[in-house]
Amino acid sequence: MSDYNFAYLDEQTKRMIRRAILKGVAVPGYQVPFASREMPMPYGWGTGGVQVTAACLTPDDRLKVIDQGADDTTNAVSIRKFFQRTAAVAVTEHTGAATLIQTRHRIPERPLIAGQILVYQVPIPEPLRFLEPRETETRRMHALEDYGLMHVKLYEDIARNGAIATSYAYPVKVEGRYVMDPSPIPKFDNPKLSGTPALQLFGAGREQRIYAIPPFTKVVSLDFEDYPFEATKAPHPCDLCGDEGSYLDEVITDDRGGRMFVCSDTDHCASRQAEGHGGRLSTQGDAA
Amino acid sequence: MIAVANVSKSFTLHNQGSAVLPVMAGAALRVAAGECVGLIGASGSGKSTLMRMIWGNYRTDGGSIRVGETEVAGAEPREIIALRRGTLGYVSQFLRVVPRVPTIEVVAEPLMRLGVAPDAARARAETVLTRLNIPERLWTLSPTTFSGGEQQRVNIARGFIHDWPAMLLDEPTASLDAGNRAVVLDLIREAKSRGSAILGIFHDEDARNQVCDRLVDVTGFSEGL
Amino acid sequence: MTEHPLLQVSDITKTYGGRIGCADVSFDLWPGEVMGIVGESGSGKSTLLSCMAGHLAPDSGRVIFDTRSDGPRDVLAMNEPERRMLARTDWAFVHQNPRDGLRMGVSAGGNVGERLMAVGARHYGSIREQAVDWLGRVEISSDRIDDRPRQFSGGMQQRLQIARNLVTGPRLVFMDEPTGGLDVSVQARLLDLLRGLVRQMGLSAVIVTHDLAVVRLLADRLMVMKDGRVVEQGLTDQVLDDPQHAYTQLLVSSVLQV
Repeated sequence: MSDYNFAYLDEQTKRMIRRAILKGVAVPGYQVPFASREMPMPYGWGTGGVQVTAACLTPDDRLKVIDQGADDTTNAVSIRKFFQRTAAVAVTEHTGAATLIQTRHRIPERPLIAGQILVYQVPIPEPLRFLEPRETETRRMHALEDYGLMHVKLYEDIARNGAIATSYAYPVKVEGRYVMDPSPIPKFDNPKLSGTPALQLFGAGREQRIYAIPPFTKVVSLDFEDYPFEATKAPHPCDLCGDEGSYLDEVITDDRGGRMFVCSDTDHCASRQAEGHGGRLSTQGDAA
Repeated sequence: MIAVANVSKSFTLHNQGSAVLPVMAGAALRVAAGECVGLIGASGSGKSTLMRMIWGNYRTDGGSIRVGETEVAGAEPREIIALRRGTLGYVSQFLRVVPRVPTIEVVAEPLMRLGVAPDAARARAETVLTRLNIPERLWTLSPTTFSGGEQQRVNIARGFIHDWPAMLLDEPTASLDAGNRAVVLDLIREAKSRGSAILGIFHDEDARNQVCDRLVDVTGFSEGL
Repeated sequence: MTEHPLLQVSDITKTYGGRIGCADVSFDLWPGEVMGIVGESGSGKSTLLSCMAGHLAPDSGRVIFDTRSDGPRDVLAMNEPERRMLARTDWAFVHQNPRDGLRMGVSAGGNVGERLMAVGARHYGSIREQAVDWLGRVEISSDRIDDRPRQFSGGMQQRLQIARNLVTGPRLVFMDEPTGGLDVSVQARLLDLLRGLVRQMGLSAVIVTHDLAVVRLLADRLMVMKDGRVVEQGLTDQVLDDPQHAYTQLLVSSVLQV
């Protein structure tokens, strides 16, 4: 046990963050400003998500941290260790066993269940930012539901590329009201944002914003009638577990053009392999 | 159709010591439908001033000017706009157009403003231009580059494209050759026979005698001022 | 007549501290009318335009617009969502500098389509079709549809701005020096275009300019401003040919003849 307060932040700060979270839950998709604290890690490493996690953690929680779907990458390992040291909570790599999951860039493959909290790390919370640089103006646009500009971006995408080329951080409309940036998750994950029994919280440390999607909220990906939204992925099965429906990472295996596709969700992949599934390059299992 | 009664007009030159120049008082005339009346009087006697007051670009200080149902003296701008759109036509001595607009469009414009379909308006413009001997190769060019006589004929074409119930003609035959002058006089006669009330200024005495039913000397309107 | 004025402006006053921006300006604009506002720099014409268009809150006065859905309403008393909706459906605003009225980083097609998307158009194909149609109407070749405005000449940018504004079929257009900063030949082309559009669409327009030749060719009516006040108004050719006020006489006699 350390000399830090439980989960690093002092109680006043956690209360302040919880108030912002509650407001975010009350107004789904609305970006609530909060007084982001200096954290013992650099911006861009998930300081927003860490603060939201710190405000939500209880001693009984079981924490899972993923980065691009993996439990074993530097960012995930560091944050998991951070909370083990400052909050002494139990940790897990199993999606189903976790009560709170902090994530960067992915939603786990395994459907979330009631009672779970998914905390997203958000670099730039404002979906209109690259179209309208003035914060005063983007706030007014949200307030007035003046979202024509968002479709201008998608229009430009189609005009330039023949299809909506935005493949991550794909903008969504929450409960028919606020347009929201779902953080840089692949658009493959967008359908999972909608109607999930779990609570989804988004924290942007540098930009000092928190927003939320309460359980069972309708989230719609923006599109055109003649260019409907598509949740795309690489057209391959996983080379390790053989799953045809999971989101894949492409891994270069040698310098002669060798490559493999593997599930980006390491827990999902490992669980399937443990159940006996196998893929093209698996050492055990049933596939050829 | 056109009735001018007891009309007076003066100019106040604010930038020249606020000099007040009375130019007209007690002016009166009437033009019935199907009639052509010529204004005469020495240069500077107020012929053009009276025409402009009827057209509405000069303000009337006193008296009444009626064109059809409209009282022009003291009218609201939109009443004059409506009057000029459908009732009162004007052939001035000067052609004022947006540069680069083709002649055919310039001539057809009054009809288009009345809501005539563009194709029909252009067809009518072609007929009038042909009659006035404007060669077809010039139709797609802007009249700003034309000679004085050609510009005058374009102006006339524009003025006669619609059968206005009332018309003002300011020197319509000036700078025209004999052939075109005859065409213009025919156009005037045709307008009269359709029932147009026409008020004109003609320096060309022969032309005046051919089309005018009566003459009004405007010199009397400025005597004693 | 049963028709109403499209726009009724009454007693608009705007001061900047102790200085008058514009004072006690009133007029009615009828459907299909084009009104010019002339005056030298600082005469208050742009302030007036901003007050009418809702970009600036006047100190007092009313701007009543005959809305399509609810009839005459005071624009200044509307809440902002209503005013924005009006500004992108029934109104248009053409800025002197196309940079203020265009999104320079967005393609020509996207610029024209923005208003459509803002009012709910969600079919890419039809948005693009309308963009092509409008580019044609402002004489921009359809193969430039995916180019950005910064690759366009000044005259093209201004025409694009007009297309972007008129695509939703507005009934009232505010124009702030629409031909300012353009070459004379380019100006002429733009004037011709505007005249044609005004006639075809039955637009009403308020045009602020210091160029008397522009109002002579475009405007039915004219309002002359000096030191924030209207010194004279009336039919355009009447004000220009028979000016009554000392200032208007000076203004008209100061124009260089070509």
